[in-house]
Amino acid sequence: MKKLKVALIGNPNSGKSSVFNGLTGLNQKVANFPGVTVEKRIGFSKLKNRSGEIFDCEFIDLPGAYSLYPKSPEEKIPVQLLCDPQNELHPDLTIVIADGTNLKRNLFLCSQIIDLKIPVIMVVNMMDIVRFKNIEIDFPKLSATLGIPVIAMNARKQEGFAELKEAICSPYNLSDKDFIDIHSYAPEVIETIRQTINVTSNYNAFLVANNLDLISNLEMHEFKKEKIRKVCEKTNFNSSQMQARETLDRYKVITQLLNDHIASPENPIRRSYSYRIDNILTHRVWGYLIFLFILFLIFQAIFSWASYPMNLIDSAFSKISSGIIKTFPGGIFRDLLVEGILAGLNGIVVFVPQIALLFFFVAILEDTGYMSRVSFLMDKLMRQFGLNGKSLIPLMSGVACAVPAIMSARTIQNRKERLITILVTPLMSCSARLPVYTLLISLIIPANYILGINIQGLVLMMMYLIGFVAAILLAWIMKKIIRSKERSFYVMEMPTYRAPRWKTIGIHIAEKVKVFLFDAGKVIISISIILWVLSSYGPGDAFQQIENKYNSGTTGLTEKEISTKIQSEKLEHSYAGKLGQLIEPAIKPLGYDWKIGIALITSFAAREVFVGTMSTIYSVGSDESAKFTVREKMQHEINADTGGPRYSFATGISLMLFYAFAMQCMSTVAIVYRETKNAKYPIFQFLYMSAMAYLAALIAYQILS
Amino acid sequence: MLKNCYLSELKLGQKGIIESFTDYELSLKLLEMGCIPGEEVELIRIAPFGDPVAISVSGYILSLRKDEAATVKLRIENNVVS
Repeated sequence: MKKLKVALIGNPNSGKSSVFNGLTGLNQKVANFPGVTVEKRIGFSKLKNRSGEIFDCEFIDLPGAYSLYPKSPEEKIPVQLLCDPQNELHPDLTIVIADGTNLKRNLFLCSQIIDLKIPVIMVVNMMDIVRFKNIEIDFPKLSATLGIPVIAMNARKQEGFAELKEAICSPYNLSDKDFIDIHSYAPEVIETIRQTINVTSNYNAFLVANNLDLISNLEMHEFKKEKIRKVCEKTNFNSSQMQARETLDRYKVITQLLNDHIASPENPIRRSYSYRIDNILTHRVWGYLIFLFILFLIFQAIFSWASYPMNLIDSAFSKISSGIIKTFPGGIFRDLLVEGILAGLNGIVVFVPQIALLFFFVAILEDTGYMSRVSFLMDKLMRQFGLNGKSLIPLMSGVACAVPAIMSARTIQNRKERLITILVTPLMSCSARLPVYTLLISLIIPANYILGINIQGLVLMMMYLIGFVAAILLAWIMKKIIRSKERSFYVMEMPTYRAPRWKTIGIHIAEKVKVFLFDAGKVIISISIILWVLSSYGPGDAFQQIENKYNSGTTGLTEKEISTKIQSEKLEHSYAGKLGQLIEPAIKPLGYDWKIGIALITSFAAREVFVGTMSTIYSVGSDESAKFTVREKMQHEINADTGGPRYSFATGISLMLFYAFAMQCMSTVAIVYRETKNAKYPIFQFLYMSAMAYLAALIAYQILS
Repeated sequence: MLKNCYLSELKLGQKGIIESFTDYELSLKLLEMGCIPGEEVELIRIAPFGDPVAISVSGYILSLRKDEAATVKLRIENNVVS
């Protein structure tokens, strides 16, 4: 059995993932390339050739690229792999996928890879549209001229896979033709590199000179790198000029080649169906209305449709918990299992419906080609705030939940715009803030009507508005602060509209869910356990004393009342309780006492925990009417300093503002880390949001009280 | 009669031939996307707020911002009204 490493490469929108899925089926896994947030998709398949020989193939789906001159982090990956024979992912065979309706631009990348002198198979994809447009491609001649196998394919309809698999298992010869005479561009540099390191061809050497810092193999041999750098300096090797010259020369050859082998009738853009669809979808009125409708649909889905499976998950977990409580004797082990691990797991799994639903929509929008129209429509508006047109989808989704929203920011190619989107999305009022808001609003705002408008509802709407305005404003500030090393361009292909590929979308959703469960899940469950320890253990023998106090009999209380009292006092004397008391001086200016301090600490797990903690502190049982009773108890709580109610208007507003801005969500912290691969960003985000929350709460309380 | 103008100055439906670029770094990106000197481009769409724009080039649709389009020098036929 022969092992074979096969890399798939191609322009964005060339249907590369369809080919990858067709070759590997569901036998694939996704990770990040080391150190960057670029998805690395690997799949496996066993192929048999005519003589019965079996090939054990490992396919790697490289990020879409227009050339081997990287203009984005995604485009750097193919260069690193293909130009460095020492790289562990360097392929034995490369498959270039080309969009058959646009061979000119697609052949550009293909010609670069042919000149690298590594085995290449070219796949001409989207043959259905090629035929529809009456484009005639002379495949035998094209193959002969390029010196490589060329295969016609319609990956959507599974056409051409047999031929491709056959070609993969067949022996291949390297093309002996060079598209362009690269040696004459910089003979001395190319010779030096060929003598210094292991490269496959003159063109490989030339690309090494152009991308010196990308070849990881050279990092270990600094003297070799220095040698190459010196010869580049000596010969005035100017990478930009070389690149321009090469591009022009290549296109000259490609234009000639297309004239010889391809007959393409005049296909006026204005008669194409994509153009006609765009007349509506990018229309000054309809375009925005339709986009608004799509946002509304997404919002509905993750806000309301997702609630049904989420409730199912919650009730399933509570059944498991009560089952465990019944079967196992009480003790540390059971408590850790139920209140630490299971509660943490529940907190992770409950996100799955929202993530799956959001990515269902995002994948459709991407796959059909609509996403680039969103950029086109919204760019002028969003650019001013340092955001991308596509940022609207994460921002709107953030109203339901920041976790899937931040994951969906991957559709934004521009690094800086994507980062800003991730950093401000948690400011949008997510659904976990809703229980906090409703509880506090019912405490401090009378349920009156002014001009037929419910005031409580009005205040709630204000809270959502505050979140949105804060997000936009912060984005604008970050646009000024964050410096981007790389210059980025908007220049973007507007792909032809295509029907969504349901299988690709299904695989995409499964990937996102898996990544969340396993990568972010680890962080979430660790924090969950830490928080459990903090709130279930206390210093000294305080807990024992509480137990003794209530278990001595004769308290005149029912068993249930006793257990809630015990819970409440235990929380007060736990580490979390001690911490709450410790931070009281710091939160007093905001109008809070140590009880609220405890809630602030425990609700770092998730904002809605605030309500639960309040119930425990005010020792109300966790039955159906808990919300009402906790509301009443809180209403009657007196502020010892002022003599007025603890939850005055000032404190209530201050608390709501705190929850509006504070990053009180460990899942968001975890996902930001996963999506930026840099601890710097979640830490920065946590700090700036906490600072904002503290300041806003402080100012509000000081003015209002 | 021929005259020069920038891609950003084209009217909807107007065509031109790419002649040169004023921004070297951006030109490298445009070149690899198939915007090569000698190639014909047509302005086929303008976003509702006047920016970005979409052009047809090498048989596909490319969108770019107006300030990016302002770096592409074109040759156009002066008296053609589209």
